[in-house]
Amino acid sequence: MPKVTFETDRCKGCGLCVSACPKGILALDREHINKKGHNPAVVTDQAACIACAFCATMCPDMVITVEK
Amino acid sequence: MGKKVLMKGNEAIAEAAIRAGCRHYFGYPITPQTELAAYMAKRMPKIGGTFLQAESEIAAINMVYGVAATGRRVMTSSSSPGVSLKQEGISYIAGSDLPCLIVNVQRGGPGLGGIQPSQSDYFQATKGGGHGDYHLIVLAPSSVQEMADLTGLAFDLADKYLVPSMLLADGTIGQMMEPVELAEGREPVFTEKDWAVTGTKGARKHHIVNSLYLVPEELEAKNFERFARYAEIEKNEVRYESFMMEDAEYCVVAFGIAARISKNAVVAARKEGLKVGLIRPITLWPFPKQVLADAAKHVKGFLSVELSMGQMVEDVKLAIDCSRKVALCRRTGGMIMSPDEVLEQIRLLAGGDNA
Amino acid sequence: MIVFEKPKSMTEAELHYCPGCTHGIIHRLVAEAIDALGIEGRAIGVAPVGCAVMAYNYFACDMVEAAHGRAPAVATGIKRSLPENVVFTYQGDGDLASIGMAETVHAATRNENITVIFVNNAIYGMTGGQMAPTSLPGQVTQTSPYGRDVKTAGYPVKVAELLSALDGPAYIARVAVNNVKNVRSAKKIIQQAFQNQIDGLGFSLVEVVSACPTNWGMTPQKALQWIDEKMIPYYPLGVYKDKRQEGEASDK
Repeated sequence: MPKVTFETDRCKGCGLCVSACPKGILALDREHINKKGHNPAVVTDQAACIACAFCATMCPDMVITVEK
Repeated sequence: MGKKVLMKGNEAIAEAAIRAGCRHYFGYPITPQTELAAYMAKRMPKIGGTFLQAESEIAAINMVYGVAATGRRVMTSSSSPGVSLKQEGISYIAGSDLPCLIVNVQRGGPGLGGIQPSQSDYFQATKGGGHGDYHLIVLAPSSVQEMADLTGLAFDLADKYLVPSMLLADGTIGQMMEPVELAEGREPVFTEKDWAVTGTKGARKHHIVNSLYLVPEELEAKNFERFARYAEIEKNEVRYESFMMEDAEYCVVAFGIAARISKNAVVAARKEGLKVGLIRPITLWPFPKQVLADAAKHVKGFLSVELSMGQMVEDVKLAIDCSRKVALCRRTGGMIMSPDEVLEQIRLLAGGDNA
Repeated sequence: MIVFEKPKSMTEAELHYCPGCTHGIIHRLVAEAIDALGIEGRAIGVAPVGCAVMAYNYFACDMVEAAHGRAPAVATGIKRSLPENVVFTYQGDGDLASIGMAETVHAATRNENITVIFVNNAIYGMTGGQMAPTSLPGQVTQTSPYGRDVKTAGYPVKVAELLSALDGPAYIARVAVNNVKNVRSAKKIIQQAFQNQIDGLGFSLVEVVSACPTNWGMTPQKALQWIDEKMIPYYPLGVYKDKRQEGEASDK
């Protein structure tokens, strides 16, 4: 089962992972603010993840770990 | 007694550096020091060393910075305009607490100036030519023998205190040939350093050689710590030569080639019954303040003899708190005063009191 | 089974770069190359002056901070002193192609056996968005407020083309990191640039077209798009010189 985890407090809310995800299952969490004051990226539908790691490839801050 | 060899001053520096275990030299052609680079170009490849003619004096000093960061002995040489180009790099090396040797075989300035000898880079060398609070250990040879001896000393002091050293010579001594006895050569010995960049080899945290401290408290602390080291140098490493000062009533102060000229004048003045002596700073930084202050207790006046419009004269005044008259005998632009000119100034200095 | 994770040769320090700045991706690609080649213990990096000035905090290998523009000279000193170590510089466009142009050209023409990572984001980022030697004609910056006027400010420098005209350098390539495909291609080329040094081929430079959302005045997504629309047409990607292809025996 593919699994994507975020180091939420290191995320700068740039959204590059969101636009890179081919399955459209990432979003910026408008409900929360992380330690840096950004809306961190979150997975909205982990089950649909195909572990392609596009998100992690485009993340400038190495926030994302992808497992299969 | 080792064998004496007839050598040009510039080449004596190069050979002495090699014998002091320096295996990396970066240079750039500029009169009157280019023989040093040419000598290194011949010798370094034969002993597994690095000789590289850089694209500029700026590049050369930054190559020196690179080698110094790895904890190996390294040097560069140039002359006045080229040394001006190196100032930023020197400030970085001082700000990163790295040892190295910079040789300035001075020529007339400012600007493109001339190629004849000069001492007009005194301020640049001793007051810091680059930005920020820092010092170089500055050594002033006045013979080909000292060109060799002070090169070895410069490397030792730089390593001991983690401070860049400068040999402040001039075109006369650089171009002059004299017999010189060279120290026994020794292979470079690299000792592990807790700051050098050599590769972590997976065995330690990384070392960072750096002079950037954006947090002002850190930069200030760094400066305080460095100046504590400078105070140690001022306490332990002052060197000078005292000549005929025991009963002197007047004191000539001169370094490098100007000191050799002044010695002749002092001897001539003594023959005229004038009680004059000479103090020759060998370390221009740390400046020999104490010996001058002591001399001021029994000396009526000082004469600073320099190949510049008068720079060291200010340090003489400071050393004696302006407690005595300090006259100046100077030539500049590459002109060199004769012993008679110095003698004339000594007479004036002494005459002024007797008249 | 981990498919993707942060490379080992990055430290724990958090990157100070702006949100969406692709310096972070380039740092990762360098660290991934160092991990893949197993050279963290041998690597020594030289950081520039510019946005990446604090790169010495981010790479876990030994690092040296160079004066603005002088990293290739510092790296030359390090490499001449420690030929067995793997020495790389990480520089921006102002650092490498403006004040440091002489050091760049001469390290290249000497075929100095070092690896240069050159980040071209067409702007001086650290100082707040001034015109860079690679700013495009017409590009608005703090020091070209009416758009870069080639009549007064001249034309951008094409570093990859410039250096590949020299006989010296072993490997000159230009990549971009504005989409997954380009990042993956950049990863291979950056690792090759390090491999070349290990093999003693000589000077390898990778120009990485990168984004600066903050000073371009764009969202991170728009900035990556702008790279496709404006940067890459002016700075075509590709391997411009490769002595391995030319069959030239390594002259090192």
